[in-house]
Amino acid sequence: METAMVALTGLFFAVSIYLMLSRHVVRIILGIALLSNGVNLTIFTAGRLTREVPPFIASDAYVPVEGIANPLPQALVLTAIVIAFSFFAFLLVLVFRAYQELDSDDSDHMRVAEPEDAAEPPIGY
Amino acid sequence: MATAEKPKIDLADAMLLPEPALADWLVVAPLCIGFAFGALCLMMRKNVAQQTQMAIAGLMLFFLATLGLAINVIENGTVVMAMGRWLPPFGITFVVDLMGAIFALATGFVGLAVGVYAMGDADKSERRYGFYPFLLIMLAGVATAFLTGDIFNLYVWFEVLLIASFGLIVLGSRREQLDGALKYAFLNLVATTFFLIAVAYTYGVFGTLNMADIARKSAEMSEIGPRATIAALFLFAFAMKAAAFPLNAWLPASYHTPLISVSAVFAGLLTKVGIYALLRLFMTMFPVDLPGLSLTIAIVAAATMILGALGALAQSDMRRALGFIVISGIGIMLAGLPLASPTALSGTIFYAMHSMVMMTALYLIIGIMGAQMGTFDLHRAGGLYVKYPGLAFTFLLIVLSASGLPPLSGLWPKIYLVKASIDVGIWWLAGAILLSGLLTTIALVRIFGFSFWRSQQSRTPEEGTYEAPPLDRLGVAATVALLGASLVAGLYPEPFIQIADRVAGELLNPTLYIDAVFPQETAQMGDAINEVSQ
Repeated sequence: METAMVALTGLFFAVSIYLMLSRHVVRIILGIALLSNGVNLTIFTAGRLTREVPPFIASDAYVPVEGIANPLPQALVLTAIVIAFSFFAFLLVLVFRAYQELDSDDSDHMRVAEPEDAAEPPIGY
Repeated sequence: MATAEKPKIDLADAMLLPEPALADWLVVAPLCIGFAFGALCLMMRKNVAQQTQMAIAGLMLFFLATLGLAINVIENGTVVMAMGRWLPPFGITFVVDLMGAIFALATGFVGLAVGVYAMGDADKSERRYGFYPFLLIMLAGVATAFLTGDIFNLYVWFEVLLIASFGLIVLGSRREQLDGALKYAFLNLVATTFFLIAVAYTYGVFGTLNMADIARKSAEMSEIGPRATIAALFLFAFAMKAAAFPLNAWLPASYHTPLISVSAVFAGLLTKVGIYALLRLFMTMFPVDLPGLSLTIAIVAAATMILGALGALAQSDMRRALGFIVISGIGIMLAGLPLASPTALSGTIFYAMHSMVMMTALYLIIGIMGAQMGTFDLHRAGGLYVKYPGLAFTFLLIVLSASGLPPLSGLWPKIYLVKASIDVGIWWLAGAILLSGLLTTIALVRIFGFSFWRSQQSRTPEEGTYEAPPLDRLGVAATVALLGASLVAGLYPEPFIQIADRVAGELLNPTLYIDAVFPQETAQMGDAINEVSQ
């Protein structure tokens, strides 16, 4: 099971890095979305995979039964999903606004803040 | 429902029962003040005047809270607070050692100065779109990142300060701002995502997220592989946050685009969060004795400080030059980490404090100069000395401080770092520090020369005439307050150096940090040792 998850996570990372290397901002943002999902799977796998025993404590017991699923990575993944989702929403709007203003989604053409033909600094008075 | 009699459970095994001392509540004060006043300001966003008063009141309270916390920690030592009173390592703990406390104090100070400056800098629509709420929430995120003792919680605060900084950087939505914000947002998000990957591996290897617990377990671990992997991932993530070469591309692409107050608070605080995290990580959790690690950091530090200063020399826009000066300073702070001697760490801490205050002051005064000249372009700058000789004097002092020349606070930490590098015979690092100081001086003095000594440049007809606004006296006051702190630390450095030395001592002895979080276990171990010896 772990091996399959590791392979899947690796696939996520590979695809996301491939997308992030693109010049097109839309692909980069998709790469970032996949990257955050890959990280969620990493956290989940790092917490050790167990089968089918929910982390509940029976009402007449004080400790859970042996071999329950680890609840902590689930809490971490939940937090990470919420954060990644809000960032993705912000980035989508930012990319759209940048596309409107700069009229391009090619990062090679996004040189407004750092113009290519910027003058060299003056040498003397 | 089954109402079977349950045997009594002794909660004392799982929880901390004694009430924390009243002064210890200051640990959560920056967080609560930042969020509460941020929310209040958001509620009154239509009434700009009232919102501003509320924000300044909040920033003052924030500063006082961080000041109180720092005094408390200086007098009583490390303060630990467990959320929900769950015994560490189960609950989230906030651990405020001296390093976290003084970083938070500098955050409060810089935040207040920038808040006052923004009263003249941010116009009504920018304030209505949430300048102050974003600022307060970002400050809360930065300060709490310095105070938390849980690595996943640190990640959460990184994200809080990041999303608030996104809000700040796009305020105004000018073309170049959106361009800069895009690069800033993407690269910073990638950096924090790598931080999260490292957190996942840390949890997988050590089974805990509490920093003190990780430190304990990592010290016991003999294999190098997992520790080196995690340390390398953290180094990548935090070096990117700190804008260390070669991961610095996002900073010069974006820091010159937003409002000057936004650039100033970013330059002062955000990169230093990365430095703080690196110090915490490599001093407290994963010692730098891993093979190759300290050499890598030393090379990165030297490259960052030299290339940053060279980048500043190559710019004709003053704000863009400052972005590179910020990067150069990051290199100097990093230099102390691989040396890991008391002198070096003391220099790094002192320089970080100095840089938080002075980089902000540098941006603020450049903002005032740019408003008076109507341009940030060196080709067209000039004529300021005739109008404002006092401003020239202030800027010159800030230049001296930022370049590390006497009589201001940049001098002492550089002496410490140079001495520490020569002590262990790494002459090239000492040389790099001195060379970067020289290059920074040239870059900044050039701005001074062109803006103040050159006569006013004539404007072409199509540019029209520029009517300079009246001098922003409140903004000058905020800048002079920052400069004053640097002047005091430069002329009378003894108390500051003592505190930096104490921080260095704490950093080099991580058991102090661990013992503060797990006092009972240390006491039990002490008892056990006593029994054995008897």
